[in-house]
Amino acid sequence: MLDASGLRYGVAGQPVILNDVSLTLEAGEWLGVDGVSGAGKSTLGQLLAGYLTPQAGTVTVDGAPPPRRALRPVQWLPQSPELAVNPRWRVKQILEEAWTPPDALRDAFGIESAWMNRFPQALSGGELQRVCVLRALVPGVRYLVADEISSMLDPLTQLDLWQGLRRVADERQLGVLVISHDAALLERLCARRLTLSEGRLRPSTRHGAPPAIAPKQSPASR
Amino acid sequence: MLEIDDLALQLPYYANWWRRQWAEVLCNVSLEVHPGEVHAVIGASGAGKSLLAHALMGLLPAPYRQTGRLTFQGQPLTAARQRRLRGRELALIPQSLSALDPLVRSQRQVSWAAKRAGHAAARVQHTARQALAHYQLDERAQQAFPHQLSGGMARRVLTAMAHVSSAQLIIADEPSVGLDPQQRDRVLNALAALAREGKAVLLISHDLRHALPIARRVTIMRQGRCVETAPAAAFEGDGHTLTTRYAQALWRALPDNHFSHPETQPAPHVA
Repeated sequence: MLDASGLRYGVAGQPVILNDVSLTLEAGEWLGVDGVSGAGKSTLGQLLAGYLTPQAGTVTVDGAPPPRRALRPVQWLPQSPELAVNPRWRVKQILEEAWTPPDALRDAFGIESAWMNRFPQALSGGELQRVCVLRALVPGVRYLVADEISSMLDPLTQLDLWQGLRRVADERQLGVLVISHDAALLERLCARRLTLSEGRLRPSTRHGAPPAIAPKQSPASR
Repeated sequence: MLEIDDLALQLPYYANWWRRQWAEVLCNVSLEVHPGEVHAVIGASGAGKSLLAHALMGLLPAPYRQTGRLTFQGQPLTAARQRRLRGRELALIPQSLSALDPLVRSQRQVSWAAKRAGHAAARVQHTARQALAHYQLDERAQQAFPHQLSGGMARRVLTAMAHVSSAQLIIADEPSVGLDPQQRDRVLNALAALAREGKAVLLISHDLRHALPIARRVTIMRQGRCVETAPAAAFEGDGHTLTTRYAQALWRALPDNHFSHPETQPAPHVA
């Protein structure tokens, strides 16, 4: 279980961004978080993944603080993939930085072998996003923070990305925190949804209805 | 106002250090944008939407091959004319936030755009402040550097820059990516308002659902080609009035429609 309790984070001289934020994410669970821009959604994601250190509160993974100098069990998938890759590396080196994904997974994410020898600026945003997602699915990763990863994708590519991710997450019992503005998408993907506003997390009240159709079997139905 | 007739574009790539080859990235692209309407161009990533925008603005990097005819306000849109008109008659709201100068505060950057569009030097700062305020950027955001802004705020700065130019054709390249619903609606409504003033708006987006309410016509692009141009009203129900399979699939894959591929549902679960 990914457990964050009492997280607080702010920048000196500005109103505090997160104030006493707590959440839990079970293995295999999909949790949705929405909020207006600037509400601190990405900050929350980075705190959970260990990119930032909270000023108060703790993040634990399966009961222990995440290791600082080993594979991080919580991986943050950023909104802008072009900022998350080394522009001087070829796609093959980027994709295989931490592990070598099997061909079946490459196909599932629609990653073509013709891209391998290219530099990242020669891929479109959506193509590079799929490379970045697959790069993070190293065995040993337990939780993913998907920070608006499909907001720049067209509907078909978005569907493929989530179906690919859903399959891997179901198979390995990954917990996925989905950060998005898209209420319809969160309803499709996540059984539980929270809203971040004024530095606090609250249960989403606007969309109380359970998801009508899950894209694949939900973890609960297995 | 803008006519694109059989546009084709080839870009170079290097198979190795010495051998240059040409990749066809746009082919048979034809569409018309009329004053007073929002024309949406929708496509998957890699469909060539942004290249189309850059070709229209004349912003492609140097070696490229372009054929076909561009006509703007009845006259051919040549490279020289593009250079003269952009920032004045032609405005682009770029997709990449790196289009902002990282070392200049946002208000100053909007002032530059106003100056280029021909606003009087004394009024430039005031115009910039008003435009930024129009997009709900407060004084703190106006005096911030780009890296201090959230993604949505930076995009509103870019939109404000197009807003202050009095362009007749506005090309908005993914203006709503990464914005929360209120801000997205605000930006899209601003584009619709520009169209109501009689300007032509080319809305380039992957976000079919949110382009539909403001668009009059929609062109679907795929792999550098125009698949279909349909009135926005054709996207309703299960999309049976759409003539191409691809357009229907795109429509049905939306989270608030079927969120599935029409031919492959239900996909077998791979354990």
